[in-house]
Amino acid sequence: MTSSTAPAPTLDAPPPGPTPPENPRRRAPRSQTAWIWVFLLPTVVLYGMYTLWPIAASYWYSLEEWNGFTSEGRFVGLSNYRAVIADPGFWSSLRITLVFMLVVAPARVLLSLVLAIVLNSPRLPLRGLFRTVYFLPVVTTTAIVGVVMQFIFDPGAGPVNSALRFFGVSEGIDFLGSSDTALYTAAGIYTWKFFGITMIYWLAALQTIPEEVSEAAKIDGANALQNLRHITLPMLFPFLLIISVLTVEDCFRAFDLMQTMTGGGPFFSTEVIEIYIYRYAFAATVPQLGFASAAAVLFGLVVLVVAALQAWGLVVGRRKRAALR
Amino acid sequence: MSAPARPARSVSPARRRAQRVVARAPWWLAVLALAVGGLLWVYPFIWMVSASLKSSVEIFGAGLSLVPETPVWENYSRAWGDAGFGVYMLNTVVVTVATVVIVVVRCALCGYVLGRYRFRGSRLVMGVLVATLFVPTGYTIIPIVKLSLELGLLNSLAGMTLALSGSANVASILIYAGYFRQLPKELEEAAVVDGAGFLRVFFKIMLPLSMPVTATVALLTFLFTWNAFFLPLVFSFSRPELRTLSVGMQAFVGENATDWSGMAAAGVISIVPIVALFLFLQRYFVDGIAGAVKS
Repeated sequence: MTSSTAPAPTLDAPPPGPTPPENPRRRAPRSQTAWIWVFLLPTVVLYGMYTLWPIAASYWYSLEEWNGFTSEGRFVGLSNYRAVIADPGFWSSLRITLVFMLVVAPARVLLSLVLAIVLNSPRLPLRGLFRTVYFLPVVTTTAIVGVVMQFIFDPGAGPVNSALRFFGVSEGIDFLGSSDTALYTAAGIYTWKFFGITMIYWLAALQTIPEEVSEAAKIDGANALQNLRHITLPMLFPFLLIISVLTVEDCFRAFDLMQTMTGGGPFFSTEVIEIYIYRYAFAATVPQLGFASAAAVLFGLVVLVVAALQAWGLVVGRRKRAALR
Repeated sequence: MSAPARPARSVSPARRRAQRVVARAPWWLAVLALAVGGLLWVYPFIWMVSASLKSSVEIFGAGLSLVPETPVWENYSRAWGDAGFGVYMLNTVVVTVATVVIVVVRCALCGYVLGRYRFRGSRLVMGVLVATLFVPTGYTIIPIVKLSLELGLLNSLAGMTLALSGSANVASILIYAGYFRQLPKELEEAAVVDGAGFLRVFFKIMLPLSMPVTATVALLTFLFTWNAFFLPLVFSFSRPELRTLSVGMQAFVGENATDWSGMAAAGVISIVPIVALFLFLQRYFVDGIAGAVKS
């Protein structure tokens, strides 16, 4: 499929000169270097334009007072940062982002581990079907799920509250409309939505455990629980860190769900940082792009710090294990 | 796959059967629990399909029955036509297919040279890619809009496609690089002896070999792009006719807050293609996601 679309006009030319037959992973000779950069070009251009440049430009924009994409910015130094830091709304959204992550990530990592262990058992009937079912929400469009969930959790005619009334549990809870419950409801829905990804991570990790190990333990008289505790879990431990890293980073991308489900409300109780930035940059009558950029830069730093902490954890974990051996 | 192992031991048949039942009972209990859990798990989608076939009156009656009294197919024609989901579908397909092609091409090329060659700057390129693996869209969105505006690409499907294919595909490059790296070097050595150049080696040998990876990358990109919301949202602000399905859904609810059945029909229209694709090509999806852990 790609070979028919891949070559840009310049690539159709025959390769310049004979290529010396040598180990390709050695340092490339000059004639190859040109081709190497031709191959890199699309990525350098696109990634440069839409990822690297924005990262750099955010810093510059954050130093400007800039009220609308069509108007010119005016350099104001660090005053945007002062304004962001002085804004309780920013700290509130930062707190909400972190609380959201601290609820979602452990739930996803631990609960999906339990499910993965059950689904990994070759003796479980229908396990292929169950994998599909529990993975299904992952592939659905988050923005659509967000809208549908408004209706599912509607305090009046929504099915959840209809069921609660039917069983006489309560007279209707405004899950998404009350600032006490909205964040936790959203966290629950986000956990449900992306649960399958973490489950697949765990299943992949479980596949790395050779069957002989648990067979040998069984022969030595270990029951299923002992097997789990002394063999499976210790062998999964190295994966815990990387799976946590991937899951935690995922929790910073809740914009789609929040924007479509609650829009950050009620009373900003589900306003994660991405929505905070969006509100100042796109949803305001007078966009404050410099201010929003400053918030974005700070958000980027938070993500970076969390990622760095986790990378550090990965390295330390690896060293410890290496030392144990 | 689902047949459990049957232990055959030399005990009396009746006792053996009893033992087998006892041994299997926990598994069937697990199946029961998983089945009930699974139904609840996909309940929102079942509800959506059911609501899309009910009349508004029936929905607001708030009954728990999932079977509509008489299926109201008119909901679908309303969503497809009046609400514009036919147009949104076309936009989504165009943007998604174009993005998948661009991403596959550029990631295959980039992953190939990064995985197979060492050259001046290769470690730098790799380092920059890995360092930006987790950059969230909320961080890059303002400069992307500004840049697209200046290039005249804002409010166009082409601009939307470029932005989608330019950000957040590091994982695909890494998948390709990892795959090309582990291929034995004899593969191209033989071809090079026969006089094949850089391009021929890539297109005739490497690219065909990488088909499984290409399938995975194409599918994951398809999924990511079909479901994208933030970029399509800001790229269609002033031109509603450029909305994708995900953006259209929110706009639809904003304008018709009481049309639950139309909303549900629109949701079904938007989600069915991606779910169908997943069901048919499940293995590639799962391989692609699992690859993140294995590597």
